[in-house]
Amino acid sequence: MSRPGGISTLADHKRRRIDELIARTAEPGGVSLIRDAGRRLLRNPTAIVGAVIILLFLIIAIFAPLVAPHDPVQRFPELTRDLTVDSIPGATAGHPLGSDPLGRDFASRMIYGARQTLFVGVLATLIGLLLGVLFGALAGAFGGWVDALVMRLTDVMLALPSLLLAITLVALASRSTQWTVIIAVAVVNVPIFARLLRGSMLAQRESDHVLAARALGVKRRDIVLRHMLPNSLTAVIVQATLTFAVAILDAAALSFLGLGDPDINRAEWGLMLGVDGVRYFEVRPELAYYPALAIIVVALGFTLLGESIREALDPKNRR
Amino acid sequence: MVRIISRRLIQLVVTLLALMTLVFFWLRSLPGGPVDALLGERATPQTRELLTRALGYDQPIWVQYGRFLKNVVTGNFGNSIRTGEPVTDVISRAFPATVELALAAIIIAIGLGVPLGYLAARHRGRLLDNATIIVTLIGISIPIFFLGYLLKDWLTQGVHVFPPSGRISTGLDNTDVTGFFVLDGLLTRELDASADALWHLVLPALTLATIPLAIIIRITRASVLDVLDEDYIRTADAKGLRSPTIRKRHVLRNALLPVVTIIGLQTGALLAGAVLTEKVYNWGGLGTLITDSISGGRDYPVLQALILLAAAVFVVVNLVVDLSYAVIDPRVRVR
Repeated sequence: MSRPGGISTLADHKRRRIDELIARTAEPGGVSLIRDAGRRLLRNPTAIVGAVIILLFLIIAIFAPLVAPHDPVQRFPELTRDLTVDSIPGATAGHPLGSDPLGRDFASRMIYGARQTLFVGVLATLIGLLLGVLFGALAGAFGGWVDALVMRLTDVMLALPSLLLAITLVALASRSTQWTVIIAVAVVNVPIFARLLRGSMLAQRESDHVLAARALGVKRRDIVLRHMLPNSLTAVIVQATLTFAVAILDAAALSFLGLGDPDINRAEWGLMLGVDGVRYFEVRPELAYYPALAIIVVALGFTLLGESIREALDPKNRR
Repeated sequence: MVRIISRRLIQLVVTLLALMTLVFFWLRSLPGGPVDALLGERATPQTRELLTRALGYDQPIWVQYGRFLKNVVTGNFGNSIRTGEPVTDVISRAFPATVELALAAIIIAIGLGVPLGYLAARHRGRLLDNATIIVTLIGISIPIFFLGYLLKDWLTQGVHVFPPSGRISTGLDNTDVTGFFVLDGLLTRELDASADALWHLVLPALTLATIPLAIIIRITRASVLDVLDEDYIRTADAKGLRSPTIRKRHVLRNALLPVVTIIGLQTGALLAGAVLTEKVYNWGGLGTLITDSISGGRDYPVLQALILLAAAVFVVVNLVVDLSYAVIDPRVRVR
């Protein structure tokens, strides 16, 4: 935490952002604050744009089999016929975005890609969130040496830039699968969630509702689970929204570095961009343009919504 | 001041030590351990046993750990598996390339980011402000390796404005003094080499600068807005100071404090971004080294040293930034 001297320590900025988030969400009388924030959100065009993007993305991901014209792994003879290393067929009848380098329908792969990208992003975020919340809650609930241990561990993890940490984790695993990618991207976020939750729990420890519960003789486990955790959730949700954007960008970067999912059937945007998109950039740049555009738009959607919620929760904006 | 520095130095050593320990035990917990990682799955039991003994992996884990720590402290990271050279040689050869690239990127990010952020704040809510916000949002949402390929495609293929890859044109007989090609050219008076290296630097540096630039713009803008809201600005205005004086003395000086901290933290983004950027432009620095050490069979000695180096650089740069804070902000020194 920033000391009174004003000298900031390592990763202090990250911590300060986390602290601000805690301060905004852990305020007692949370219900009216949240209702207030909700009202502000609905009036904020940025938030609406973000929400609409996410909603569209979810719909495409869920209904991919209904929306996609073809099976994403099926190879079409009429596409493979004209396929060489120097020429990949563009749009033809029945294949609006043309072919991928293996003669598969690119439009269908883009649509199914929403599904896989959602899968990778959600799982990476969720695993990071759950582990982070677990460690943070332990540190916040017990304090003492548990707290010290967890915090020093997060310090070590924050000492490596996040993508480098992910690269390290995948590189140290003997071979990469879809799961090493998901876990590497998830682990990077554990210290952030842990710090967030711990701070929020500490802030609540002395608050009136926890004191009251303790005075009533409620067991510590119930205080933590029923009173402290639910009050920390808003901050966690904001962070998770922002994390999702980073997660799909990191997964794409890992694919580009040759550390991604080795399954050639998998249609995931980061994989499509990082492997074939880049390899065939001079032959058919569309193979990179479409997945890149999809990633940018979705990452933008999550960032817009996350930032808007954060802003809406800012007490400074309360009117 | 001395107390703060020494405390931070101790913190630095502890962090690096913990990181080394984690890396050490992780490598040994891999199925088959480092020997299998080195030899691959098809090695005969004899070769495996030979290498195990040669590398000392048959000794107790604590003996191995002690030797590992001693080697790291004395700067002996072993030899690269790929090339057989000492790891320190491999790394020090690649180091200047990355530093040159990262410096160029951070100069671009600060040089463009601070004025743009300031202008956006002063024209809050108007076209310039909104345009800046949209561009920065796209900047943090775009995969930077894709941006690299885009720039390369637009500016090196059709119109040959910039060279597509490498640090310097082949056939240019430049003398290597420091490993920083732009600086070398100036030192040896080979100005054409300097210019050529600078020309090669433009696109990679722009690519690498994207994320720091977007973040510096956003922080500067937010910080200037905060300061403009302060009472002392209103006071300065009320007592009739001319607005250029207010801007320079009061707004900028106060608004730049958070920006300085951010610049330190961006070292992290630069280190990670360099891995991607260097692959796009075939740059031949530390990032390329990481990629090569991963793809051609895992070169663990090199990787291990690179991880420690990255963490050390990140922590040290942030320490320096924190200390410079005391120089910029007199309030810090007083306490």
